[in-house]
Amino acid sequence: MSASGGGPAVASLASGRGKDDAPPRLKVEQASYAYAATGRMAPSFTLGPVSFEAQQCETVAILGPNASGKSTLLRLLSGTNRPLSGRIELDGAEISALDAKARAQRVALVQQESELLFPLRVWEYVLQGRHPYGRRLRFETEEDCLLAGNALEQVGADSLRQRWMDQLSGGEKQRVILARALAQQPALLLLDEPTQHLDIGGKVELLRRLRSLARENRYAVLIVTHELDLAAEFSDRVVLLHKGKCLCVGTPAEVYERELLEQVFEAPLEVEMRPSGRPRVMLREER
Amino acid sequence: MRPLTPSRVVWVCAALAGALFVMVVIALRLGAYPISARDIVMTLFDGVMGRRDRIPSDFWLVVFGLRLPRIALGILVGAALSTAGAGFQALLRNPLADPYVLGIASGAALGSMLSLMLAPQVPGATQVAAFIGAAATTAVVYFLGRRGGQLDSATLLLAGIITASFLSAAIMFLETMLSGRDQRGMAFWLLGDLTAPPSVGLRWLYLVLIVVVGCIYTTAADLNLILTGEQEARHLGVHVNRVKLVVYLGASLLTGLAVSVGGAIGYVGLLVPHVMRMLFGTDYRLLIPASALGGAIAILLADTLARTVVAPTELPVGAMTALAGAPVFIYLMRRRVR
Repeated sequence: MSASGGGPAVASLASGRGKDDAPPRLKVEQASYAYAATGRMAPSFTLGPVSFEAQQCETVAILGPNASGKSTLLRLLSGTNRPLSGRIELDGAEISALDAKARAQRVALVQQESELLFPLRVWEYVLQGRHPYGRRLRFETEEDCLLAGNALEQVGADSLRQRWMDQLSGGEKQRVILARALAQQPALLLLDEPTQHLDIGGKVELLRRLRSLARENRYAVLIVTHELDLAAEFSDRVVLLHKGKCLCVGTPAEVYERELLEQVFEAPLEVEMRPSGRPRVMLREER
Repeated sequence: MRPLTPSRVVWVCAALAGALFVMVVIALRLGAYPISARDIVMTLFDGVMGRRDRIPSDFWLVVFGLRLPRIALGILVGAALSTAGAGFQALLRNPLADPYVLGIASGAALGSMLSLMLAPQVPGATQVAAFIGAAATTAVVYFLGRRGGQLDSATLLLAGIITASFLSAAIMFLETMLSGRDQRGMAFWLLGDLTAPPSVGLRWLYLVLIVVVGCIYTTAADLNLILTGEQEARHLGVHVNRVKLVVYLGASLLTGLAVSVGGAIGYVGLLVPHVMRMLFGTDYRLLIPASALGGAIAILLADTLARTVVAPTELPVGAMTALAGAPVFIYLMRRRVR
């Protein structure tokens, strides 16, 4: 299952280099947003301007503490809200200008699952990911079933297909939600705090899987998170947000500076560079 | 792994239509004047084929003159209420939503009553007023049921109950202004009553029913996703606001239609979609037509019982549905709490 819009594979991605070989899949240019920006009221929260790029096959972490603007940026990237200024382009097309269906064929969002009103089986849930490809009322085709089955296989949840959604464990559910997003065959895969309810084993497994999916399917994967260590280990690029401002964009090694992180996360931290070139963050002992 | 196919929808609907036909024959058979089931089927067949001369005149009177209009009205009301119930359950994302529980039927009843008192001679005025009453009540309950910008299940039900009791008080106030005979008729109608022929031709009401159910049906695939979550549906390419508007207007119209001709018949809109879900699954592409047919069967069953259990006296059909519906409602509510 490969996403649309091929192009040459980008080599040596772990370092985030080699981006000159292909046009960026996602291009965020000076995007900003403000809530409650009516004529009379001062905006309650302002984001931006934010600029960064993501290549296909690349994993980008949107990193920041609570109330730093991560969710707002995600709303802009998913096309839920239109940026007040600036542009967000996916393969050259502005995301917020796309029709809802066309957007759902290119951008998939994995969120914390909302409560299901009526029970659904796993395969029915994953088939929902094929909805953007149908006309009104259309019934699923054999091809849709095949693609949904492939998506379940890709996340290693093949054995769950007959189970009920409300009987899955947190980790299983997360994989099924991811499978539904894969069934959308997107170019851009967005994940909102995907590791929140997982234990450390589940977190590592999910992030490894995301990195390999990004490469196999040529997605640009964007993960919103506040977990410093995981972002350092699994992302090719980090966008650091603080109080609605984009402080820094670069590889984990470039972004992870002790003073900067301490200021953003308001905690005494220590940053250590490992032989792999990826930083590690620890709490500093206070004397 | 087999998703819903059009042929399954057709088969299930054909089976339900068959069950409905059997129910129609049973309803036609029962009554003071005895006719055998075979005669009823023959009379219906000849009637449909336009061979009126081959039907005995007493059969014609009993079947086409007396019993069939009431049955046709029952089918209309049942189909409208059940489809409206299925629609409201998706629209308000609440499995306990139904036109009656949320006070929407009371709004329609108040609208009908006002139009009956103010403009009794205008054809179609009752239906229009009932629709306006239903639509306005839905809007009020929807906004009262929100908490922190989100539609909250418990708040929504409370808002519905409060709205319903307020509207009942208003209806009672209007009732006291009527004369004695009108008052009794109105009280009977409010409990749900299929005896009074509608002021508008049945074929027009059926036309509205079919068009509106058809409109709601076009959103069926989108409703499946909205049930999973509005935000998620948006990200899967559903025009959520457009779908909600269609279902909101459609379900309000159907409620208005049903209440204006049959009074406030409770629980059908709640229970029939649930029973259909248990039988055929939660997919709205099947659930909507199945609910429409199932609702028709349920009303016919209730009305036939209402006519026969204490014959020659008749119970209001609404009393019958409430008698059966209330315990099932409690069961569903407790199952959900657990």
